[in-house]
Amino acid sequence: MSAVTPKGVLTTPIFNNNPIALQVLGICSALAVTTSMSVSLVMSMAVIFVTAFSNLFVSLIRHHIPSSIRIIVQMTIIASLVIVVDQVLKAFAYEMSKQLSVFVGLIITNCIVMGRAEGFAMQNSPGLSFLDGIGNGLGYGFILMVVGFFRELFGSGSVFGFSVLHPVQDGGWYVPNGLMLLPPSAFFIIGLIIWALRSTHPEQVEANEFKMKENTKPKEAV
Amino acid sequence: MAQSNNTIKKILTVAFALCIVCSVIVSTAAVALRPMQQLNEELDRKTNILSVANLYEPGMDVEAAFREITPRVVDMRSGEYTDEFDPQTFDHFQAARDPATGRALSGDRDIAGLTRVENFATVYLVGDPDDPEQIILPIRGQGLWGLMRGYMSVEGNGNTIVGITYYEHSETPGLGAEVNNPRWQAQWEGKQIFADAESVTPAIRVARGSAANEHQVDGLSGATLTSNGVTNMLQFWLSPEGFGEYLARFRTGVEPGEAQEADVELEAEA
Repeated sequence: MSAVTPKGVLTTPIFNNNPIALQVLGICSALAVTTSMSVSLVMSMAVIFVTAFSNLFVSLIRHHIPSSIRIIVQMTIIASLVIVVDQVLKAFAYEMSKQLSVFVGLIITNCIVMGRAEGFAMQNSPGLSFLDGIGNGLGYGFILMVVGFFRELFGSGSVFGFSVLHPVQDGGWYVPNGLMLLPPSAFFIIGLIIWALRSTHPEQVEANEFKMKENTKPKEAV
Repeated sequence: MAQSNNTIKKILTVAFALCIVCSVIVSTAAVALRPMQQLNEELDRKTNILSVANLYEPGMDVEAAFREITPRVVDMRSGEYTDEFDPQTFDHFQAARDPATGRALSGDRDIAGLTRVENFATVYLVGDPDDPEQIILPIRGQGLWGLMRGYMSVEGNGNTIVGITYYEHSETPGLGAEVNNPRWQAQWEGKQIFADAESVTPAIRVARGSAANEHQVDGLSGATLTSNGVTNMLQFWLSPEGFGEYLARFRTGVEPGEAQEADVELEAEA
């Protein structure tokens, strides 16, 4: 990981240390909410808000958190923030909150939020932690938007609800790919993103945990 | 420092203080935003009523369109309208709980899983209240995971379905939650509730697999229990236990042939 500088903590999580692509955290919600870009965007903003402020508050009281109950303390702060986000969405973006349904509430269990609170905010100053939260939220949001773009474009033929590829149901020519609207398609797209990122950033490739035996000829195997 | 943080006194203090602060923040947010959320829920309910009657278009003024619809409270036991309650404020759940306005359902009669049911209900009339084009009925019942609440719109002949929608349910996304898929909902249009003019038991049901006749709609694949829930709640609410008596007022004297003519007239008016 690069040096802990304000610019560093904000930008490294987007490409170099992406929470979804490198750490492979928060996959569950990335599969669930990426059928359309507008939903992905709201979800990203909610996660950015929660990671940023949970990092800030955890960091503010980090010298007073007893180590024996630190996880519970972090969870309480995260859960409170998530409930606030959920309530705000219900009040100001009711349609969106109906589409996101349980997944706003499930931000509580998003490993990214918890991971940053425990892994970064417990050791660093409030300002840096806040930026780190925004950075990781952005990294999460970046992947969500890319996945959402492909799923909405090929699944519904639209981008942000605007029709780009005119679908057959409305008298157009494009036959929407139903698989793209189902969760497994997000797996494929995230897998391809991870492949692309690790090809351009070879240092992200993990060392083999075990070495495969070299290919043997059939007669030797017998 | 780490040592001093781990005394029992410190642990309890931190835990207690954190709980107080967090609960104050959460409850403030919940209370302060409650009026706006209720407004949204109300708007959503009205939007659902309009959309079940095929009157909703995105971007329209829901409040203005809703003023064209007449809400009336019906006594379901007699099928007559009543002025005992204000339709704007009548609360179905309150009415079901109150022994004066609701009744308990015993096991075999409680097919929709409601435990208690009210004797009165708010219906919404589209067009002339004395000779409505559409009658919108509130329905509810147990799905797989919980109570499903929605509306069904019926044509003025008390037999032909216009549409069905659910504004509150907790069914599995992608399976049971497909009850709100527009393509599935579109199938309901034109289906007949009753097998013939005399029958009081509704024939309408969600089929297992594909619909076989005009009293059935295709089942939701992978969501048999939700489909059963929809069937059960329709069987209940359209029977004499529910809106049967009320719908009978619209059905009496209408021969099957006349009903078709009435349909044509409605289309001409539209």
